[in-house]
Amino acid sequence: MRRKIALKPITLLLLLLTFVSYGKEQHGHGEAKTDKKSEVDAFIAHHLKDSYDFNLFSWTTEEGVEKHFGFPLPVILWDNGLKVFSSSKFHHGEEVAEVGGSYYKLHHSKIYKVDGPNGEIVEDEHHHAVNEKPLDFSITKNVALIIMVFAIMFFMFSKMAKSYKKNNGMPKGMGRFLEPIVLYVRDEIAIPNIGEKKYKKYMSYLLTVFFFVWIVNLFGLVPIGMNVTNNIAVTLCLALITYVITTFSGNKDYWKHIFWMPGVPVPMKIILAPIELLGTFIKPFALMIRLYANITAGHVVLMSIIGLGFLAKNFIGTPLSLVLAFVLSILELLVAALQAYIFTVLSALYFGMAVEEHDHH
Amino acid sequence: MEKLFEDFSLGLFVWQALLFIALVLLLKKFAWKPILDSVNDREEGIKDALDAAEKAKLEMENLQADNEKLLKEARTEREAMLKEAREMKNKMIEDAKDEAKEASAKLIAQAQASIETEKKAAIADLKAQVANLSIEIAEKVVREELSNKDKQVKLVESMLGEATLN
Repeated sequence: MRRKIALKPITLLLLLLTFVSYGKEQHGHGEAKTDKKSEVDAFIAHHLKDSYDFNLFSWTTEEGVEKHFGFPLPVILWDNGLKVFSSSKFHHGEEVAEVGGSYYKLHHSKIYKVDGPNGEIVEDEHHHAVNEKPLDFSITKNVALIIMVFAIMFFMFSKMAKSYKKNNGMPKGMGRFLEPIVLYVRDEIAIPNIGEKKYKKYMSYLLTVFFFVWIVNLFGLVPIGMNVTNNIAVTLCLALITYVITTFSGNKDYWKHIFWMPGVPVPMKIILAPIELLGTFIKPFALMIRLYANITAGHVVLMSIIGLGFLAKNFIGTPLSLVLAFVLSILELLVAALQAYIFTVLSALYFGMAVEEHDHH
Repeated sequence: MEKLFEDFSLGLFVWQALLFIALVLLLKKFAWKPILDSVNDREEGIKDALDAAEKAKLEMENLQADNEKLLKEARTEREAMLKEAREMKNKMIEDAKDEAKEASAKLIAQAQASIETEKKAAIADLKAQVANLSIEIAEKVVREELSNKDKQVKLVESMLGEATLN
């Protein structure tokens, strides 16, 4: 039984892989061959970006033909009506996609509208495209991973919940491993920061955000290269939810401490009010930047060190870079859990501040 | 900062928001609530069981104290009873002894009295028989003696001789 549970996520992954199509491109690259260093730079920059297809790996053959191995994902645009099509139409950014009379082209991993089948991206002096951008709700690689983590988490925890019922209130299988973590979030994060009386309301959010960030961070370390938490949109979304919950659960004391700090002279109260108000925005903002920056930095450093191995091309540099990359990967494993922990602890701390009952001075 | 704004993808934000909020709500219903409730129930159960065990222990101690007390009482009672019984026994023996002594004395006295009367009767009987016997003997002797002259003379002489010796 336990073995079966462990196998299921793997089956899911294999199932996904069966949809993989073998993409073969015959287009010669117009750009001049750049040197290795900028190639590594470009690769890292590309890796950190979201993409419209699930590219597992790509390589260039000796004839200079680029080959991609992966599968396309659906593109969903809102541009005078809903437009849904497969990202394979872009041919990895090399062709203009024609959908319902409109033409779209990929430029630096973003979709722009172009005039016709041979339309080009027009750039201004800062190398920013000036073409129109349609509203883009595509299932990108990151969205696909979020959906996958959604499915994994729902499967894992609903299974765990069921095992309690079947087993007279004791977890079984995966639940044995997950229960101490759930209890850790409750006993070490929620209760000390929010308080015994009010923590229950926030448990669902705290547990979900903890496991979500952790699992997503771990997926970021998997070689297929999906980084959800190094997208500012994702961390902004999480931080915004924390901000909204904090603001809506703020009690009278919380607002009083922001707008009319008790125990200080009136002029100070007037000075403190805008600072405190600003503080409520800065806190979630820091939450957003911290998670984003930590994960992005980790990826950049790790990939740079791997890239160094390709640049060095000698018996000392290459193995050294691999050893360093290995050590760093282990550190990143820790960072993955640590950032999830920090995000959860700080969220809990803010909730605690909002619901804290102060002794009246 | 500019790069951050450039990287920001509205689509990803919308998807993340939708999926994440859906995940929170779904997990709340299907996972967190049942899990935390079960854990809570279990913890409460353990706490109750511990309390009950503590209570049972206290009760046991009380019971043991009671038992001890009862045992002690029983022991003293037993001792008292034994003492009483011993006293009673001694008294009964004493009484019995006295009674027996009295009875035996009485019996002895009765026996002595009856022996005395028997003795007297026997003696009287004996006397009468002896008297008869001696009269018969004397008659027979006199008859024999008086039938023979010589013997009469001899008797007279021996009697005379005795008489002189006296």
